[in-house]
Amino acid sequence: MTIKRRTLLQTGAAALVSAPLLSGADKGQSIVVIGGGFGGATVAKYLKRFNPALRVTLIEPNADFVMCPMSNRVVYGGITLKNISTPYDRFVTKYDIKWIRAMADDIDPEKKVVKVGNERVAYDRLIVSPGVEYDYEGIAGMESARAQELVPHAWKAGAQTQRLKELLYAMPQGGTIAMHIPKVPYRCPPGPYERASLIAYYLQARNPKAKLLVFDSNPEIQSKKGLFEAVWKNKYAGLLEYVPNAEVESVDAANMTLELKVHGKQKVSVINLIPPQKAGAIARRAGLATASNRWCGVDFLTYESTRHQGIHVLGDSIAGSPGMPKSGHMANQEAKVCAGAIAALSVGQPVPAEPLIANTCYSFVSQSEVIHVASVHRYDAEKKAMVTVPGAGGLSPAPSQVEALYAMAWAANIMNDTLG
Amino acid sequence: MKSNLWFFAICLGLGSINIRAQPATMSPADFQAKLWASSCMACHGTDGKAEGVGRTIAARNADELYSLLLSYKTGEKTGTVMNQHARGYSDQQLKRIADYFSRVR
Repeated sequence: MTIKRRTLLQTGAAALVSAPLLSGADKGQSIVVIGGGFGGATVAKYLKRFNPALRVTLIEPNADFVMCPMSNRVVYGGITLKNISTPYDRFVTKYDIKWIRAMADDIDPEKKVVKVGNERVAYDRLIVSPGVEYDYEGIAGMESARAQELVPHAWKAGAQTQRLKELLYAMPQGGTIAMHIPKVPYRCPPGPYERASLIAYYLQARNPKAKLLVFDSNPEIQSKKGLFEAVWKNKYAGLLEYVPNAEVESVDAANMTLELKVHGKQKVSVINLIPPQKAGAIARRAGLATASNRWCGVDFLTYESTRHQGIHVLGDSIAGSPGMPKSGHMANQEAKVCAGAIAALSVGQPVPAEPLIANTCYSFVSQSEVIHVASVHRYDAEKKAMVTVPGAGGLSPAPSQVEALYAMAWAANIMNDTLG
Repeated sequence: MKSNLWFFAICLGLGSINIRAQPATMSPADFQAKLWASSCMACHGTDGKAEGVGRTIAARNADELYSLLLSYKTGEKTGTVMNQHARGYSDQQLKRIADYFSRVR
């Protein structure tokens, strides 16, 4: 920006709104964002909304964002991947974001540089939002790419989601499908139980003698427990069997056999194994995973890493405060707190001190019925953590069709708010 | 004079005050309220302009929107998630959020 144009803008805009002159907003700090999911795309957009002078670069290898919410509906065939995919090209043009269409390789926190192939991208502030990485280390037989193709996780929406759908559709009549749920924390606490419900819904219609075995590493259903239990009892009795404390030990992918620590060997037609999870590899390589080398500690006023100054972490990779689910909705909310803090700092204003965010999560339990869980989280200055606001939040009383309409509106609106 | 400045701003392709960093043109309290309101935008659309059966909350009368939020909070008005969200905010916070959305065009 030239001096002449800048001066004109300052004078003009100040006269129009009777506001103080810009104080440093035109410094054009370079903010680099790794990962274009709910955390990364939202923070890029809101940074530009809050301070258009910031130069924002998004490093994201995919042409489209394929969102995880609603992807369980792809598995049973209710919608397609196309319905939940949004291209990045229009988004980056609209918000004047520089897009590097590649995978970020490494971060050098000392030199403040991100390595992307042969390129070195310098930053004043870096935002890391890589999502989760899958941890097959403790599961014998799952290390190879071949095993991971035969036994999909389908826990990142995309090719794996389609693959699970095809396996489900090709399952012989009267066959058995096994799902495995990892120990908490994992991405989307109610997600596995929604998937179990929708697979049961599909089986009821198309393969009624088949069976779904849900092996949960946890001692009980981790979200919306009573609601899922009621649905399974009332709608899917005989089709769906839930087995708690059933952690997988090994998998023989070629023979579709899994061995559980307590329940022994199970031979089935299809396995959907959702593995244990940890912060994205790039975050861990940069030393950001301060919590048991798995999740990244952050300051909840800014989402700045507790390890490296000038690096912020968003979304599923963070070590959240108790009650903060790893969800797309939360990542979207955290991104706005982070963008607000960075925008305020960029113009010499104080970091907003009262973060107040909310989560809403809808689960389909059949083609047309939905349940939700909601919560509100505020910053507690003494604890330096987010706390769940008592008395707020809650669950649906029962599955309903009206909440299916709300769930679809939620999906459209959060997609627009993130990438629109 | 003012119209000349608008003319220049529009010529530059910057036809609104949004080109300026918002924390610099707002009081810290107003920017905080804007951040709270940004949280609502996940369901109610960016700037409160929603699609589908999501409710548009932009540019509504501030007092009406505030009373609506209060009635969700007290349970006088029933809903699905809004009662549960509204109970997470103080009356003052709801008022400031309503004020923010009333000014969005």
